[in-house]
Amino acid sequence: MLVVLGAFGIASVLVPALTPRLGTRVFLLAAVPAVAAVVHAALAAPAVFARGVSERVPWVPALGLTLDTRLDPLSWVLALLVGGVGALVLVYCRSYFRNDEPHLGAFAGSLTAFAGSMYGLVVADDVYLLFVFWELTTVFSYLLIGHYSSRRASRGSALQALLVTTFGGLTMLAGFVLLTTAAGTSRLSELATRAPEGAVGTVGAVLIVVGILSKSAVVPLHFWLPGAMAAPTPVSAYLHAAAMVKAGIYLAARFSPAFAETPGWRESLVLLGLVTMLVGGWRALRETDLKLVLAYGTVAQLGFLTAAIGFGTRDALLGGLALLVAHALFKSTLFLVVGIVDHDTGTRDLRKLSGLGRAAPALAVVAALAAASMAGLPPFAGFVGKETVLAAMVHAGESGDVLGWIALAGSTAGSALTAAYAARVYWGAFARKPGVPDVGVIRESPAFLLAPAVLAVLGLAGGIAAPGLDAVLAPVADVLPAEGEVEHLALWHGIGIPLLLSAVTIGLGLGAFLLREPIARVQARLALRRSASDAYRGTLSGIDRVAARTTKVVQRGSLPYYLAVILVVFVVAVVSALVRLAPPLPEARLWDQPMQPVAAVVMSVAAIAATVAAKRFQAVVLVGVTGFGMALLFADFGAPDLALTQALVELVTLVAFVLVLRRLPARLGTKHGSSFRLGRAALGIAVGAIMSVVALVALAARTATPIAVEFPRLAVDGGHGVNVVNVTLVDIRGWDTMGELSVIIAAATGVASLVFLSSRSDRMPEFARRSGLSLLRGRSGRPSADHDDRGSWLLAGRTLAPRNRSILLEVVVRLVFPALIVLSLYLLLAGHNAPGGGFAGGLVAGLALVARYLAAGRIELAAAAPVSAGALLGSGLLFATGAAVVPLFLGVDALTSTYLDLDLGWFGSVSLVTSTIFDVGVYLVVIGLVLDVLRSLGAEVDRQEEEGDEPSLAGRLEAEEQRRWTAGAGARR
Amino acid sequence: MTASLALVAVMAVLYACGVYLLLEKSMTRVILGFLLLGNATNLLLLIVSGPAGSAPIVDGKESEPYSDPVPQALILTAIVITFAVSAFLMALVYRSWRLAHQDEVQLDAEDVAVGTRETQPTEAPDRGEPDTPPSNDQEEAGDPVPADEGSAR
Repeated sequence: MLVVLGAFGIASVLVPALTPRLGTRVFLLAAVPAVAAVVHAALAAPAVFARGVSERVPWVPALGLTLDTRLDPLSWVLALLVGGVGALVLVYCRSYFRNDEPHLGAFAGSLTAFAGSMYGLVVADDVYLLFVFWELTTVFSYLLIGHYSSRRASRGSALQALLVTTFGGLTMLAGFVLLTTAAGTSRLSELATRAPEGAVGTVGAVLIVVGILSKSAVVPLHFWLPGAMAAPTPVSAYLHAAAMVKAGIYLAARFSPAFAETPGWRESLVLLGLVTMLVGGWRALRETDLKLVLAYGTVAQLGFLTAAIGFGTRDALLGGLALLVAHALFKSTLFLVVGIVDHDTGTRDLRKLSGLGRAAPALAVVAALAAASMAGLPPFAGFVGKETVLAAMVHAGESGDVLGWIALAGSTAGSALTAAYAARVYWGAFARKPGVPDVGVIRESPAFLLAPAVLAVLGLAGGIAAPGLDAVLAPVADVLPAEGEVEHLALWHGIGIPLLLSAVTIGLGLGAFLLREPIARVQARLALRRSASDAYRGTLSGIDRVAARTTKVVQRGSLPYYLAVILVVFVVAVVSALVRLAPPLPEARLWDQPMQPVAAVVMSVAAIAATVAAKRFQAVVLVGVTGFGMALLFADFGAPDLALTQALVELVTLVAFVLVLRRLPARLGTKHGSSFRLGRAALGIAVGAIMSVVALVALAARTATPIAVEFPRLAVDGGHGVNVVNVTLVDIRGWDTMGELSVIIAAATGVASLVFLSSRSDRMPEFARRSGLSLLRGRSGRPSADHDDRGSWLLAGRTLAPRNRSILLEVVVRLVFPALIVLSLYLLLAGHNAPGGGFAGGLVAGLALVARYLAAGRIELAAAAPVSAGALLGSGLLFATGAAVVPLFLGVDALTSTYLDLDLGWFGSVSLVTSTIFDVGVYLVVIGLVLDVLRSLGAEVDRQEEEGDEPSLAGRLEAEEQRRWTAGAGARR
Repeated sequence: MTASLALVAVMAVLYACGVYLLLEKSMTRVILGFLLLGNATNLLLLIVSGPAGSAPIVDGKESEPYSDPVPQALILTAIVITFAVSAFLMALVYRSWRLAHQDEVQLDAEDVAVGTRETQPTEAPDRGEPDTPPSNDQEEAGDPVPADEGSAR
């Protein structure tokens, strides 16, 4: 079965590719897997009827999903139908389409893929696999219905079918989840025999019923099927008569052993089925488009099938299955016939067709065979099925089942309507009508007629060879317990109520057909103002309105509001989880070391003061205090690396803040002040309180042995370094650091691109080379010509105005800069074995650059770092990636490190570890980040200030646009 | 496990102040709130990393068990990323000020527009109502549009 499925898959890919070469002949190729499915089923028949054939391949073992397929008698019957009718319809397509049909390849591919999905649906033995195929048939049906994609109606109908059946499919999925969770298995064959009982079983059954209703077009979800007639006729014949709409019936039959006793299952299927049968039959008498007559006829028949199979007795199931087979045969025949009529005459309107029976006698014979089967005339398969169903209902009624009598009455009335519209179809297509000109001469093509003819003859054979059909279908029906004497499919059951009823239905049907004109008048008067598709449309526009209103309420455009919503949800969710779970809390003491409370008090005071600070610098410094407090806490906790990094970062952050804030007004929130103070404070306190509980709970949850116990050993043996934190960063968890470097590079690039308004590149390096070198030359070449009596301690000191210079600062920086660079290199190289590393080293080097910049301005910065920040970032990433990738070429895992002991004689020995190269990458990236911040927020801002405060033209335009937007938003509010 | 209430308390205060500032309109305060939240979260990681101890450096000088190095590596990464992101935020503030002399969080005009838009059914073209009456003469062998079930005939 999986091989057949694979063949379908391959064919559906090949077919579109080959269409340009083969034209419509490609349909013959597409029919190959369908034929294979039939052959496979035929060959497997003995095994199937003996014990069933299963194949099982793991799919997603982690989720317990398997590709479980199984052919048992029920699947076998449907697989034959799907494959056989599919093959015939594909052969028919070859004549139906012309080579110049638009999107022919896509159509052929979709049809093949649909056949494959349908085959998968009937052989799947896992409910989730079944669901996947179920939805695949929906998707392909969407594509096929919407084949004439240039027509709006086509697209609309396709979407309608998609929405309705997907809604049903998802509902059904919920049912599957309920049932599999309760039953502990997702195997269809197990679920279908012993479904969970009680409320779960009932709810699951109801949800599955919704899926059945949507797929098999049963009231109230029937309206998509007539709309789906926008599809090309072969699609209607296959999807909407033989295959897809049978998926729901298949599911009803599959689950009938499990749910026959479940309250609601039987009643809902039978009653809704009967209503559908009557509604569909009534509407079929009103339509004038032959295809729509057949479509409503299909709705009616599907209702009958649902009622029969949902009826829940063994004999009704047997009759329903016979009807299912008969319906697949006669209804696809009729659709194909209508396709030929449409093809030959150019119309499907039964008011315009006249005399076709004489012009195309072979076609008329084929149609007559199918229509007779549909009407339930002996000796056709339709008659056999209907008789058995009616007999089963009589039997149930006689044994005291009220539903039996109701079903019998409904089915009889419905069957009469069926006979009437069967006559109407035949009459409409082939009869001679007064006042309508006859159709012209028609040349019948045997190839075109082949598929419907085969199907029609099979329908006749099924009736005549009823015992043969019985042999196949009885094992399927035997899954339900038989009461008393079992029924057999046969043409002659003797004279009894069913035969009498059959005669009555045929008589009534013919009467209704003869009285068609009075009935049409009555129908015109009774025409419903509201219909199910109105409800569908109302639902859709209702959803639209609700969505718009929700958006209006929720999307206010205020970011703080959104943030507050998120935080409120967070508070509510965590509180309810905490209340429900009541997790244990750890023991507590006031502090670990006496330094903690001191730091805590200072930090808390600073944080609270920062929230009310009115001046920017004040607030920034107060937040900085909390940062340095963090460094203290880290140091105290036994985390020297953290303390070092935190302190350095805090310094750089302060500098960056100062650089930005010098251009902003000193006071904070001058325009609107701060609003909602109390609310925000309450939310803040709530978040803080919850986070403290979270911290305690998380700490109490630390009961397992942490993975960290292995890290010291890993660091020393594998990473050849004793500073576990550093080895973790550059070696053990090197990939994480790699990800972090990418984040840093993205942020640094973002900073630069936000600040450099007019040009994308920073021109400082070039500038440095020119002006820095010329300054140098100027100093060395003409020392006496320098009239600046204060001399120059830094390269670019003289570029500043004298009032901006601080000679003391220049001297200090001149002296400290080399020391800082040496320190940074030391931290970088020593980091493997002592506190430090690439992060700390890079920050120290960055601070050295900060010092140069602060002392002598942007030109000094350019002279101090005559490379672009981008180059630093890039080369840093290159180093890190190199350290990660090179080991791959040496045949070991990425980021594997090795080491080399170098004996340097007098200087002692040095151990070089390759992960240091990774750390060099980190070092360069961090320097690049700091340099980017300095270049952007420092140097470029300086330049912009020196060149006048006016932003560039583009900047002004953007600002103008932004103001207009803001004004517009304000006005709308 | 024993918790240090001092650490927990200061973390709670940092979170509370951070959230308070984050909900401000002034972008500078938002950045400050972001920094406070960053510090608070690093503290959270530190608290849940278990007991304090010796620096995790295997040099034979440790007097008590190591503090857990794994959360420390996480925190170290977080510290640097927080700096990178706050630098980005500062650049945003600077740009906003330079272009529009605006240092407050603005209403999102697009969101407001979405919320106030009048939705009419006609705005969406395809919603499943075939709108053309059936006409069978469109093409020779085509499949005409089916009639809409809803329109009573």
